[in-house]
Amino acid sequence: MMALYRALLRLYPASFRAEYGEEMCSIFAGRRRDATGLFPTLGLWLAALEDIAVNAVRVHGDILRQDLAFIARTLRRSRGFALTAVAVAALGIGATTAAFSITDHVLFRPLPFAKPDRLVRLWQNQGGYGHTELSPANYRDWKRMSRSFEEMGAFGGQAYNLAGDGEPERVEGRWLTGEVFRILGVRPALGRVFGPEADAPDAPATIVLGYGLWQARFGGEASVLGRQVLVDGAPHVVIGVMPASFHFPNRDVQLWIAKTFVDADFADRTDTYVYGVARLNRDISLEQARAEMRLVAAQLERAFPNENARTSATVDRLRDELSPEARLLPLALLGAAACVLLIACTNLTHLLLARAMVRRKELAVRAALGAGRERLMRQLLTESLVLALVGGALGVLIAASAAPVLARLVPHSLPIAEAPPMDLRVLAFALVLTAGTGIAFGVLPASRAGHAGVSGLQEGARGGVGGRRERARSTLVVAEVTASVVLLVCCGLLLRALWRVQSVDPGFSANGVLTLRTALPQPRYASTATRAQFYARVLSEVRALPGVSDAAYVSGLPMVMRGGIWGLVVPGEAQEPGAQPPASARFVTPGFFATLGIPLRSGRDFRDSDTREAPFVAVVSESLAERHWPGQDPIGRRFRFGGADRTVVGVVGDIRVRGLERTSEPQVYLAHQQVADSSIIGYTPKDLAFRASGPPLDLLPSVRSIIHRADPQQPISDVRLLSDIVEGETAPRRIQVRVLAAFAAVAFFLAAIGLHGVLSFAVTSRAPEIGVRIALGARSADILSMVLREALQMAAVGLGLGLLLAYIAGRGMEALLAGVRPADAATFLAATGLSALMTLAGSLLPAVRAVHVNPVDVMRLE
Amino acid sequence: MGVVSGQDAGVEELLPLPAATFHILMALAEDDRHGYGMIQDVAARTDGALKLSAGTLYRSIQRMLEQGLIVETRERPAPEEDDERRRYYRITTFGAAVARAEARRLTQLVRLARASGFAPGKA
Repeated sequence: MMALYRALLRLYPASFRAEYGEEMCSIFAGRRRDATGLFPTLGLWLAALEDIAVNAVRVHGDILRQDLAFIARTLRRSRGFALTAVAVAALGIGATTAAFSITDHVLFRPLPFAKPDRLVRLWQNQGGYGHTELSPANYRDWKRMSRSFEEMGAFGGQAYNLAGDGEPERVEGRWLTGEVFRILGVRPALGRVFGPEADAPDAPATIVLGYGLWQARFGGEASVLGRQVLVDGAPHVVIGVMPASFHFPNRDVQLWIAKTFVDADFADRTDTYVYGVARLNRDISLEQARAEMRLVAAQLERAFPNENARTSATVDRLRDELSPEARLLPLALLGAAACVLLIACTNLTHLLLARAMVRRKELAVRAALGAGRERLMRQLLTESLVLALVGGALGVLIAASAAPVLARLVPHSLPIAEAPPMDLRVLAFALVLTAGTGIAFGVLPASRAGHAGVSGLQEGARGGVGGRRERARSTLVVAEVTASVVLLVCCGLLLRALWRVQSVDPGFSANGVLTLRTALPQPRYASTATRAQFYARVLSEVRALPGVSDAAYVSGLPMVMRGGIWGLVVPGEAQEPGAQPPASARFVTPGFFATLGIPLRSGRDFRDSDTREAPFVAVVSESLAERHWPGQDPIGRRFRFGGADRTVVGVVGDIRVRGLERTSEPQVYLAHQQVADSSIIGYTPKDLAFRASGPPLDLLPSVRSIIHRADPQQPISDVRLLSDIVEGETAPRRIQVRVLAAFAAVAFFLAAIGLHGVLSFAVTSRAPEIGVRIALGARSADILSMVLREALQMAAVGLGLGLLLAYIAGRGMEALLAGVRPADAATFLAATGLSALMTLAGSLLPAVRAVHVNPVDVMRLE
Repeated sequence: MGVVSGQDAGVEELLPLPAATFHILMALAEDDRHGYGMIQDVAARTDGALKLSAGTLYRSIQRMLEQGLIVETRERPAPEEDDERRRYYRITTFGAAVARAEARRLTQLVRLARASGFAPGKA
């Protein structure tokens, strides 16, 4: 029984227990003797339990209050130390919290939908081509034949012209079948979402607005419900508004349109443009659903051997819609942050160790006055926790202020907000991190001080530095150098990759070209002649503007529209069925090549006379000509492309349609007038580009009024400089490099400080030895080389380890390196040079001080 | 511990005293006592209404030591009463001053309570 009471007393601080534990036990023993019978004994125990629970907390509180008051006083006395420690902790915790918030946001946090782990995307998988969209017919049959899903829905579409109520504008939107909102399980902020009635063939056309669009265009008024707007020229009724946190399928989409498939949609099973989304049944695993869908797809392949040849089905979690690069980046960031935190912690440990040395005598005196070892350690640990907490609070502020930059690292493909939220989850992480940091850098100095406290008065007042202790410090420095070298190399590799990508020639000249979009809606512009009139009028007026040298329309700008890939057939070439060589198809007006500065190698540009009545012509890129007519003159050659036979009339240079970092298919350009009426909207030129000698944006108002005069209802969207589009290609890389460079700079700086701290401490504590050496005739050069040798030894070990780890890290992030090898010699050399510089910078002052040690002073102090 | 020196703190700063502290000071008014003795004295003084728990007692003692209200005494009582395992405490001059100030404060409070008719007796 007494053993139990003694065990409970352990809840009190050790110092309190040591002082009063025995007496408390004897009081309890006395009371137990008095209490006879079951109930009095029980009552005694209950009272004792309550007493200990309440008072243990209070005694801990008393000590904490005392310690805090004491710490506040001592830190006020050593402000420089306090500020340094807080700043270092803030950097480490801030960097790690920021990295965590983005990693968590992109990779781990559940999506903002109901039961998000059961949401999946469905894809067709056509042999060799990977994931593709579904055809409406396949979607309908998958839905009918599968049992794994509670519900399956479809969506698609791109952007829509929104008109009626103010300026017409182009809005990113999607059409959805009635099931999709139910599958996602998100309630609207206002009104309602599409229900099953939307699937009825005669239902009125309805739309749901995104919160941002509702605020921006409709002033956030509730009266928007029931209002009629024009979407691509057709009347639609607004029935609901989604909350600000709702993003689907990505954060750019602000408009959802109810869609019902009609029989005509199911006619062509090879026309794939539908995205499938579904909710798994409660007791069905992803693997089971995949297995079932494979069976369903196999059945359909047997039923439609031509249309569904080699067509399988893929089921992926909605959460996993991420490229390997997008997955890798946050993890790399977290790794970098961990390096910075490690360095920050080791630096703080140095700081506290050095301070404990300085305070050695004070601690020893306090120990002699009766403060137990536990009490001293507790106080020092409280001190490091206080420093960490203040640093952590600052660090959270740093992380929050870094959020706008980090937001640009969040990939677009996920249905999540742009900025990682700074919420309880992140704050809890920061708190745990802070406590961990405080303990990590506080424990070693505190336990040292505990020992020192007992023996501090016996030793010589200055206290030598033991070999073991020095080794611990050196290990810390080596760790710092290692971590900073890893960051330097990774940052260097990314920088090399950025340079490599930036130096890629896009094949066209972007400077001085402004682009904007006027997507002509159907059915108003269904006839090719109507569109041609619009283009002709706009282009002739734009060309007449002062300073404009060329202007043209194209169906898709390079690096903006990356698809539009068709197969081509060259007569006489042996071909596997279903494996036609691909080429990107663009419909352009005459003058497109001159506008973009794409060189015309031979033949001619398009003419206004290239109409449906004239022979169908094409301009092809060099690589296409070389591939199909090697060593021959391609002009006059014929091939089949997009359902018609075409004659090559010109050859132009290749351009990077898919972007700077991807290989692009060869290009085929077609005349904008050689298109059948009512053909789908992707065939029609929608992007205007013009080249001006002055700043092209100055001409924008004139261009706007030209378009307004040509068609007052036509919205203008996506106004961008072509150079911005090309720069946008490397924007994510530039941010990656900037963020990693910031981490590397912090690490580099902290490591230099750490090196400096350890060396100057070593010089101070070895001053007597140095003094003796000088007195015995050692020259300055000897002393200098002694200190530098020590620094170089530590740096060399750190560098070696760092380069090795950096190589491993580089291998891990090869996907981000755009072909730069992880063992890039220049990068490794640069990192080595920089760390040599850092070693010199960190050891310079201590070395100089060592040389200037005055043997007489030192001896006198001894 | 020497961490906080209560002696510097003025009498007024410690008022009002926690009930346990005031009772302990009263228990030590005449004699030096050990912890268990204080518990017994307080219980007797209040006719068993207040039984200090061990935790409350020693937490109070620790704080009072730090505040300088009491000291641990090295003088032991007469051998027949001495319990060697126990520590004895004595009230300090400062402790007595604080106890008097607390008593004054309470008296004034009771006088005010009488004036408003909350307590029996003359206003």
